[in-house]
Amino acid sequence: MSKKVLMQGNEAVVEGAIAAGMRFYAGYPITPSTEIAEQSSVRLPQVGGTFIQMEDEISSMAAVIGAAVTGAKAMTATSGPGFSLKQENIGYACITEIPCVIVDVQRSGPSTGLPTSPSQGDVMQARWGTHGDHPVIAISPASVSECYFLAIRCFNLSEKYRTPVILLMDEIVGHLREGVEIPDHLDIEVVDRRLHTDKGHMPYEADEKGVPGWHLCGIGRYNITGLSHDVSGFPTNSNEVTDKLVRRLMGKIQNNADDIIEVQEEYLDDAETVVLCYGGTTRAAMSAVLEARAAGYKVGMFRPITVWPFPEKRLKEISSGKKVKRIIVAEHNFGQIVLEAERIVKNDCKIDFIGKVDGTVITPGEILEKIKEAE
Amino acid sequence: MPSKLIEKYIREDHLPHIWCPGCGHGILMRDVAEAVSELDLDQEKVFLISGIGCSSRAAGYMDFNTLHTTHGRAIAFAEGVKLARPDLNVLVIAGDGDIAAIGGNHLIHAARRNIDITVVVFNNDIYGMTGGQFSPTTPTGDFATTAPYGNIDRPFDIAKLAEASGATYTARGTAYHAQLTIKLIKEGILHRGFSLIECASVCPTYYGRKNKKGGSVELMTWQKDNCVLSEKAAKMTKEELEGKLVIGKLSETDLPEYTDEYKKIIDKARGYHG
Repeated sequence: MSKKVLMQGNEAVVEGAIAAGMRFYAGYPITPSTEIAEQSSVRLPQVGGTFIQMEDEISSMAAVIGAAVTGAKAMTATSGPGFSLKQENIGYACITEIPCVIVDVQRSGPSTGLPTSPSQGDVMQARWGTHGDHPVIAISPASVSECYFLAIRCFNLSEKYRTPVILLMDEIVGHLREGVEIPDHLDIEVVDRRLHTDKGHMPYEADEKGVPGWHLCGIGRYNITGLSHDVSGFPTNSNEVTDKLVRRLMGKIQNNADDIIEVQEEYLDDAETVVLCYGGTTRAAMSAVLEARAAGYKVGMFRPITVWPFPEKRLKEISSGKKVKRIIVAEHNFGQIVLEAERIVKNDCKIDFIGKVDGTVITPGEILEKIKEAE
Repeated sequence: MPSKLIEKYIREDHLPHIWCPGCGHGILMRDVAEAVSELDLDQEKVFLISGIGCSSRAAGYMDFNTLHTTHGRAIAFAEGVKLARPDLNVLVIAGDGDIAAIGGNHLIHAARRNIDITVVVFNNDIYGMTGGQFSPTTPTGDFATTAPYGNIDRPFDIAKLAEASGATYTARGTAYHAQLTIKLIKEGILHRGFSLIECASVCPTYYGRKNKKGGSVELMTWQKDNCVLSEKAAKMTKEELEGKLVIGKLSETDLPEYTDEYKKIIDKARGYHG
């Protein structure tokens, strides 16, 4: 039996995560993500899981990976300054292929910035925050209900592809309260990492998707290292082996992009103007689109739910369509995803940009005004 | 029986190791293997975690479940492992820079929690892997590649730091005093709570050379001639202990262990909410 519950976005993340099998949380208090730690400290012991408040953001990320190595589904949550501190260990999880989930409830930056104000300034950091070439999956919810269901999706993708997944929230959805239709737990699809069933496999031997199987902790003895390593998991200085490793790591996300990417599309059939938005900004964009359509404007909305990998194939199809004359990118920063849009769209159509860095939200009125601007 | 020890606990196909001739780390790694062997621990239930540096390479050579992590963070990774799987024997091998500089925060907080992890510090008083820079344990006045005019920093006493932070077992061994060091590592593993065994290693390549203190033989002879057992040191004056290194068990107390306490939290949470 499903049930409707009034929840805050941050709270919904925890409930979704637990439904997906989260049994370990390590974190450090930071606004506007702290409710995720608080709720985890209440809920995890109730389901036999473990919560620990660590001494800093770096150790939180480390403890999450340590727990995940033993097979636990593990999560941490933070905001901008803490997300910066976690980056080195996120890279460690990428190269060692340890599944885990990192929630970043974005706030206004740079540095301490406006700690209680919304922003989407960490989008490029989510993509490139840790050093070196590495795969990334980042998913951005726009409602409390999505906080619940996309938290589940983050865990499922991290298990399926053995990679850290970022739930890229913003203060708008983190602190929003809405009703969520919580399904019966039997109706929730939960994905677990594929196990190596015998000792004959090398620990980093990948399947056709490029994803290695998982050895159960305590059965056999394995080595895990952040150094470049071969299929046995031991370090190597070989350029050839390193090349193969990095190409496989990137490939397992790139080659499975169709499975990983989710988008939301509204009124694109006749749209001459398309509003491109994601996360909390979607809410203002949707209001503006509805209002504009009521006034006779042919406008639609394109929203990457999966921000990374970016849905570039689909955006290209839209921008190269005959009807589309203009894409308005609305995002809560100085212009980050608009760079992706420009790279993909090229000369297909005009690109307009609405950005904001003052800590206030982008309003439907501001987007509407841009829609109405003469082309 | 060293050959059987190597056969069982060292991944021979990953040798030779990267340590320089005369380095003390090999002896200390053997001490860890000997301690595990004497305690007859299930190898598949031993989780050895290390960070970055010369000593941290031991994880790759030892035949347990091994996790070679990021610089300074071994203890934090180890806490995740231990909390998720309290049944495992969790060991950390770390160097002085790894544990007392970049990882100092994790050391003091893990000690404060009294989580059941055994930390074996291979302390060579220098950053070896990056080529001989001074570390948080390099004595004042000594030379290093980043202290060309002499080190003005005061050194940490890592064992004392751990004890002051709440570690419930602390001890000090050396590369020279192998039998004692094995005994201390065994005690640390058996101790329920956070234990730290600081082991004085030797680095002839950088520390010895930069400070004109000779090679491995001279550095280990210094350990042989200048170490005082803690029982004896307790009866000596401050003046008599000047220039000496106190070895042996330094502290032990019996206090609640973190994962045991968390189990009680789980019981409480489940009781309240049916």
